[in-house]
Parts: sequence; C-alpha cells; structure tokens
Amino acid sequence: MTHLLDLRNITKRFKGGTVALDNVSMWVDDENPSIIAVAGESGSGKTTLGLIAMNFLEPTSGEVLYKGKELKHFSSQELFDFRKEVQAVFQDPFAAYNPFYRVDHILEVPVANFKLAKGRAQAKEQIEKALESVGLRPNEILGRFPHQLSGGQRQRLVVARALLLRPKLLVADEPVSMVDASLRATILEALRTLNVDYQIPILYITHDLTTAYHVSDHILILYKGSVMEAGDVETVITNPQHPYTQLLIDSIPWPDLSRQWGQQEIVAVDGEAAAIGQGCKFASRCPHVMDKCRQSAPPLYQVGENAVASCYLYEGKSVLPGEELGTLFATKKPVTATG
Amino acid sequence: MSNAVLRVNNLDVEYHTDAGAVKANNHVTFELRPKERLGLVGESGSGKSTLALAILRMIRPPGKIAGGEVWLDGVDLTKISDEEMRRMRGNEISMVPQGAMNSLNPVMRIEDQIIDGMVDHNLGLSRSVMKEMAAEALRAVDLDPKVGRSYPHELSGGMKQRACIAISIVMTPKVIIADEPTSALDVVTQRQVMQTIGKIQDQMGSAVILIGHDMGLMAQFVDRIAVMYAGRMMELGTVKDIFTDALHPYTQALIDSLPVLANRGIFNGLPGITPSLLDLPTGCVFNTRCSKVMDICTQKVPPLREHAPGRFAACHLLE
Repeated sequence: MTHLLDLRNITKRFKGGTVALDNVSMWVDDENPSIIAVAGESGSGKTTLGLIAMNFLEPTSGEVLYKGKELKHFSSQELFDFRKEVQAVFQDPFAAYNPFYRVDHILEVPVANFKLAKGRAQAKEQIEKALESVGLRPNEILGRFPHQLSGGQRQRLVVARALLLRPKLLVADEPVSMVDASLRATILEALRTLNVDYQIPILYITHDLTTAYHVSDHILILYKGSVMEAGDVETVITNPQHPYTQLLIDSIPWPDLSRQWGQQEIVAVDGEAAAIGQGCKFASRCPHVMDKCRQSAPPLYQVGENAVASCYLYEGKSVLPGEELGTLFATKKPVTATG
Repeated sequence: MSNAVLRVNNLDVEYHTDAGAVKANNHVTFELRPKERLGLVGESGSGKSTLALAILRMIRPPGKIAGGEVWLDGVDLTKISDEEMRRMRGNEISMVPQGAMNSLNPVMRIEDQIIDGMVDHNLGLSRSVMKEMAAEALRAVDLDPKVGRSYPHELSGGMKQRACIAISIVMTPKVIIADEPTSALDVVTQRQVMQTIGKIQDQMGSAVILIGHDMGLMAQFVDRIAVMYAGRMMELGTVKDIFTDALHPYTQALIDSLPVLANRGIFNGLPGITPSLLDLPTGCVFNTRCSKVMDICTQKVPPLREHAPGRFAACHLLE
C-alpha cells in the first residue's frame, strides 16, 4: 500500500557530528487520517523530523516518499504541488506576519500563488470559509493588522491559511507553545476540526504532553533522535512502559490537585552526547539500566495492543521492526471524552 | 495581617505612551506571608511581570510607580533612596528573571557571577569566604561546586537556570520573585528546577512569588494563587479554593480551559481577547469576555473584597 508520506530509516547528522535523528521510520496515511504527536524534549529531533517531512531538510540517509515517490526525484512541478499539499504551522504566531500588511495579505498570497480562485469574489468566499472553519469571524479579522489580533487569533489565522490550500498533510510544530494557556484550547480545537471535518492528517510536534494527549490519536516519543515509545496516545500517556516516558509523564504538572507531582526520582543529566549505535540513549539516566542497555539499542517491543517501547525490560515480547512503526498509527480509536 | 513579609498596597504602575498613560498595574493589593509560596497568574499583558519589577523598583521610564506602597519588613520600598533600594535587592528581596539562563554573562565564570552581587553590596567579606558561599549556593541548587569554574556555554539549560537561582539566593533574601523560571525547559528539567527552588526555600525560610501562566505548575507548587487581568487583581485565594471553587468568572474560565486527564478531547477555550490597556472597557475590565456579565459590570469597577476568610475577589456577582 502506498502511504501519503513515508519516512524510511531516516538519519540526520548535522555538521559537527550531532545526530538529530537516528534511524527513525514512520508513515502517515490519508485514509482514516489521524493526528500523530511527535513528542520529546529539546534536542530530541522532533523538529528535525518535521523539517524533513516538509522537505526543508534532506536526511543524511534514508528515504522520504510522498505518494510513493522519493522526494529527491521530484520534478519542479511535483515539488510545487508538494508545497501546496503539505502545509505548516509554526511556533511563533508573531513572526509569521509582516507587520506592515493587513492580515488579509497572508491569505491572499497563497490564493494568487496557487491560483486557487477564479476572480476576487470566489477568493473572498474561500477566505471567509477558511476563517470560519477555525472559529474566526471574518468581519472581525479581515482588514486588521497583525498587532490588533491576539496570539491565539493569529495562530488560528495561520491554520486557516493552511486550510485554504486544501492540504493533504499539515505539519504543526509547537503551534500552541507561545500562546497563552487560556487560548490554547481554541487552536487545538481548530486543528481537531481540520482533521475530522476536512480529513487532513496532522503531524503535531510538541514538547507538551498534555496538549498532545488532548489533541492527538497517536504519539511517538523521541529521545536524542531515537524512538523510545510509540502507540495509541491514550495507552501511552495513561500507562507508559518505557522508563523515559514514565519519567516524562510523572513530571507533567497537571492542573489537578489530586495528582501529585513527581513521585519518581530524577537521575541527574550528565550532559554527555549520545553516541550513535551504542546502546540505549536513555541508559545513563535510566533507573533500571542493565549491562546490555549500554551495548546495543533495544528493538521496539510490543508492550500493548497498540504500543511499543524500545526497552530491554520487555525482552521476550514480540518485536516490531522499526520500519513497521507506521502500522501502529493505522487504526484510529474515537476520542472517548468523559465529563 | 501584620506578620506579612511583603505587603503591596494599592500599587499603581503607569507606562507613558504616545497615546497616553496606561495603567499596567491598577490598585494592586496583596500580601505575602513568611515562607509562603504565592503564584501570580494571568495572560500576557496582565501586568504580572510589571508587578514584579515594581516591587523591586526596577520599572524604567517611560514606566513609573504612580502610587501605592510596597512594605518589606516594615520598610516602604517606594520611599527609600535609590542607594538603599540597591542594597535591598539581592540581600532582602531577589528575582529570578524571565529567561534567566540567557542573562548570564558568557565570558565570566559562574562563581564570579555569583560573587559579583556580594562584592557590589560591600558585605565586607573576604574573597575566600565569598567563594565558599558561592560553592554553598551551588550545592543548594544541586549543582556540583565545580560548576562554579565553568562558563555558561558549558552548561545545559537546566544547569544554567539553577546557576541563576544560586545567584539570587546567595545572600539569603527574605523574598524571592521567580518570573516564569521554567518556561523554556522541558518537563523533567522543569520539575528539577522547581524542586530545587522549593528545597532552598524551605532551608532558608524565604517566601516565594512564582509568576507564570501555567496553572499546572501552580497547582503543583504554590500555596496561594493571585489572578491578574488587565492590570488588576481579580482573585486571591488558596490553591485549593481556586481550583475547586473559583469565585471569579475569569478564574473559572482559566481553570476550565486547562487540559486535565479526564476530559480528553474536550476544549474549553476562553473566547475573545485581552482588552488593550489603552482602551479598557468601563466598569469591570473583564466585562467584554465574561459569560455572566450584568448591567452594573459595565458601569462600576467591582472592588477587591474579602468574601470569605482569606478569599479575595473583585466581582459584582459576589456583592
């Protein structure tokens, strides 16, 4: 089966030897599209993964396939279409705008550039529709300058711009981290709408597990360029198996007085750079470290029906080859909200 | 009342702009008890960082303290001379600024940066004593004293942040103001840094004001929460009261917008935007976004009043 976007054995090594991604594979399907969170702390390689998926960076080794064809063999017309079909929402809702133009500009340029509309009336109609689908009222937004909008409105406008292009895939890199907590919900809701109503798969790149938990269907946890744990978001967040994920989840400050923060001891970080191919990246901080952890990197053990963890604690369970990671993201469970 | 270590009384801070003066802090009143952890929350532009700077008298033109009092242990900080205030900073009251880890001097060793403040305060200590104090401060923030010999670029973000905390606590101040001390850090490092702040606070018996908009962090760290909006104090109460039974509709909306484990996939955003300080609505500043707005809210500013012991709120619903 051809996947919409297929990342195969991606390794990215920057000049100076930093390994940002170490043999990571995953894919995104447009059938039954889901929101896949790529989570990790700074330096985990999550942004690099997003940049490679958007063809802003080339992997050092490995292949990126879009609709079954390798990106590096794309013709300029195919690249043009790729740019239209794969859209991005970035972290900073202030930097995305030119302060001298009205915000309409950011919506009109793609319409003109990709020839989306026949005539002004149709362009206006499309723009207004896109704004409405992210919960913005066109008459309150159009004709204004960026500084007259809140961070949340600006960020939703960027989502609307992406939506205007009828993308096949949306890559959202930390879309809510610079927005006030009270406004985050509106942006996440806009992303959710895009996914459900317009059937667009989304790669949601974040360091914030609480928002990842709320908006996404699946999650991939990276640490120093390697996959630590992946699977259905509900399973991974409520029942983490990898010691790193456990530490992360234990450290989330939930706004909930009944959940006590930080039961697990933090083993000091010793700042050493992860060496490639020399055991588990988390070994130096892991409370359960064993000799073999330092010798070779553990494969992905199946720790649940829809979850894998790269940890020798689960040795003996069946192994999912790294290349098959995408299968975990194939089935989408409906969000079961309570309360 | 009288045992408060810090008492802020009707503090007004104005910034002068071409379009007129704006009140970034409007009659802010609260008190900080000894050894207490107080969380100061609000959206961007609510005036929480301004309040911190005003307490330390570090508001720069075009901003100024336009009225009110800041009492620290019987001294009104707004009345003393610049020189006296300078001696207070670091010694009696100190701050871990926002993005503190980027405020370190890149060409100075950590230990020299810790000592710098003590030298400036003319404590009359010998260099070896100050070095020992610096080492002690580093140990207090869970860093190896050897880190003192390092330069900032040799440290990770979390280590730099803890080094900044070491600088701010070396003279054992009575009050520590931490302005979003962990906003750039990942959750694990964040927890480490907050635990460090909590630990040294316990050891030194200081009171802490934690500024931020992360209600999760507040729930896990502070004793009381003060909620600010558009320069005004909206509600003040214990963390338990705020989370289980918020009095003010704004506080309630803030709490409802938070992602909790049980409500996966439910989003309750707070609609609308913070009003511009240049163009505040008449009456209650929150009336443009409030779901329970009444006629009186657009006419009269509700006073901040104690509605139950220790529970302050400014809302007409409670009058």
